[in-house]
Amino acid sequence: MELLRFTTAGSVDDGKSTLIGRLLYDSKSIFEDQLEAVEQASRNRGNEEVNLALLTDGLRAEREQGITIDVAYRYFATPKRKFIIADTPGHVQYTRNMVTGASTADLAIILIDARNGVVEQTVRHSFIAKLLGIPHITVCVNKMDLIGFSEEKFEAIVRDYREMSAKMNSHAQLHFIPISAKYGDNVVSASDRAPWYQGGTLMELLENISIEHKQGEENQPMRLPVQYVIRPISDKFPDYRAYAGRMAGGVLKVGDKVRVLPSGLESRVKAIMQAEKSLEMAHTPESVSVLLEDDIDISRGDMLVDAQGPQPIVGQQLQMMCCWFNEQPMQLRKRYIVRGPVSETIGMVQAVDYRVDIHTLEPIEGETSLKMNDIAQITVRTAAPLAYDRYEENRNTGALIFIDPDSFETVGAGMIMN
Amino acid sequence: MYKLTHLKELEAESIYVLREVAAQFERPAILFSGGKDSIVVTYLAYKAFYPAKIPFPLLHIDTGHNFQETLDYRDALVKKLDARLVVGSVQESIDKGRVKEEKGYNASRNRLQTTTLLDTIEQYKFDACIGGARRDEEKARAKERFFSHRDEFGQWNPKNQRPELWNIFNGKKNMGEHFRVFPISNWTEMDVWQYIYQEQIEMPSLYFTHERACFERDGQWLAAEPCMTLKPDEKVVVRKVRCRTIGDITCTGLTISEAHNLEDIIEEIAATRVTERGGRADDKRSETSMEDRKKEGYF
Repeated sequence: MELLRFTTAGSVDDGKSTLIGRLLYDSKSIFEDQLEAVEQASRNRGNEEVNLALLTDGLRAEREQGITIDVAYRYFATPKRKFIIADTPGHVQYTRNMVTGASTADLAIILIDARNGVVEQTVRHSFIAKLLGIPHITVCVNKMDLIGFSEEKFEAIVRDYREMSAKMNSHAQLHFIPISAKYGDNVVSASDRAPWYQGGTLMELLENISIEHKQGEENQPMRLPVQYVIRPISDKFPDYRAYAGRMAGGVLKVGDKVRVLPSGLESRVKAIMQAEKSLEMAHTPESVSVLLEDDIDISRGDMLVDAQGPQPIVGQQLQMMCCWFNEQPMQLRKRYIVRGPVSETIGMVQAVDYRVDIHTLEPIEGETSLKMNDIAQITVRTAAPLAYDRYEENRNTGALIFIDPDSFETVGAGMIMN
Repeated sequence: MYKLTHLKELEAESIYVLREVAAQFERPAILFSGGKDSIVVTYLAYKAFYPAKIPFPLLHIDTGHNFQETLDYRDALVKKLDARLVVGSVQESIDKGRVKEEKGYNASRNRLQTTTLLDTIEQYKFDACIGGARRDEEKARAKERFFSHRDEFGQWNPKNQRPELWNIFNGKKNMGEHFRVFPISNWTEMDVWQYIYQEQIEMPSLYFTHERACFERDGQWLAAEPCMTLKPDEKVVVRKVRCRTIGDITCTGLTISEAHNLEDIIEEIAATRVTERGGRADDKRSETSMEDRKKEGYF
């Protein structure tokens, strides 16, 4: 069984939580005691119908205010696949949560209210999906029951969306489904109210959609960031030295010639281990430990790459798209801690090249700071050279976060362009 | 074409998280309860650092109301792994007057554990406690991070959690603060059992069906052990039961079951319509009781 991670974007009004509740409920992933608890809580709130949103909005503040504040993770499985949903709030002040949920997703569900069509919020959600490089976008046109399941209106929304997506230069694969989350049409069971729609239900799509990009990771150049050095220093293993990490791209085989970055030293792979088990090859995203032929200096933060294949960029001047997360605005020339998957250095933002107006997607120049939820292209200079790929080419080695050196909070995220 | 199974992908993620803990913290510990989740976390730690020993001690918060089988299993595992065991005792916290024992029929030491846990963390200066909590267990846990920050009072602030993107974890903190780390966040109960089956991990006998003296309270079977006070109308009977979760005796519901082995358990869970925490008296105290306890510093 394979794993599919997807994220949902949309506001409460679009019926996002209802949709998730529906997926869980109709796939029998909700248990009796959970349903009882939700029924009870709905009654306590004076709701006439069972409010499935209460399944996912678990925090006290969320239940009180009837909104989703944070990313909630939900799990369900069908006989075909296991799913992880990152359920994120849709309001503009929660852009950072949406970015967080999107960072690991294979697919994004974007909800559109059939009565309103493509609105500003749709544009924003789609832009974030593109920014985070989500390979599949499934547009669910919800509340079809309120427009009489009109094919004409559905097709108009599809046309509008395609046009908007093309303007954005998105490479994601698009899918469109007319649904009613409230009544379940085309979510898990096919609807008989939209006979003109011949595509599958949302569940069928989730179960069958190709996650080729996961295998695609194997066609990428080999990348193994070194996380930890295993040195038992015991009688049985006196000189044992293995480099532990999680494959971040491509395939690694025993005998491969590897280069260590940033030092540039080279060696060959002597063995690949998973605990006691010795492997012939390691695939992305497996966690392994690697023994090399030569005794060379390698520590946490270094990256092993294929000596013959395409090399990552090693440099100190980076251009990236950045999303700011903190109430404290980003300051130019302030020293932030910059952290990739395992490497860390100090970085200074030298310039805000432009900020993206999240409503119109127009670039705005002349900014000298970024506020919470802003998205911008920035130029960063780092204290030490970093080895990285372009985010478009590798989501693992092209991403980094900014940490405030005073509060230690994670204040921003960057997707490297070059 | 190579396809990674969901169990392999989850395992890879958890091992990655455990190695991050070893790399980013100075004094981590594994919170070991003797339940299946902390057993799986310990097993994953063994895999993550082999052939080196697990670079963290196991920390057990002992309520004094443990099943004997749990303690036996714990001691055998510690010996097998040549690991270090640290025990924080709730009885000691009570004796020292740090906490006050609850009274009444539903008295439980579940909540008192929080004080013992925080005291032990402070005493040993643990800067990261690795737990087996999963996001599918409970709605407040669904919002939990892999690396979850705790302030100097051990409190969780759900409204101001650090964003966690990709697989980049930020374990930086000020003096006196610590982290809770949950390597199997993305696993479900079914994943845990399928993994135990796949890896043939030895489990405490409590998880398999056995005859036990028990009694029924509010539709829930509980073990008739000396630490339980029976109401006048409650009768002790012998039933074939097993534990679906293992915690303190006072809040561990027993399931009437004929599951003799791992295959039986997986089949039973696939068919069940009640969550595993459905049998946990501690979660039923209010609609957001888990969130409220977690804010105080609970597991």
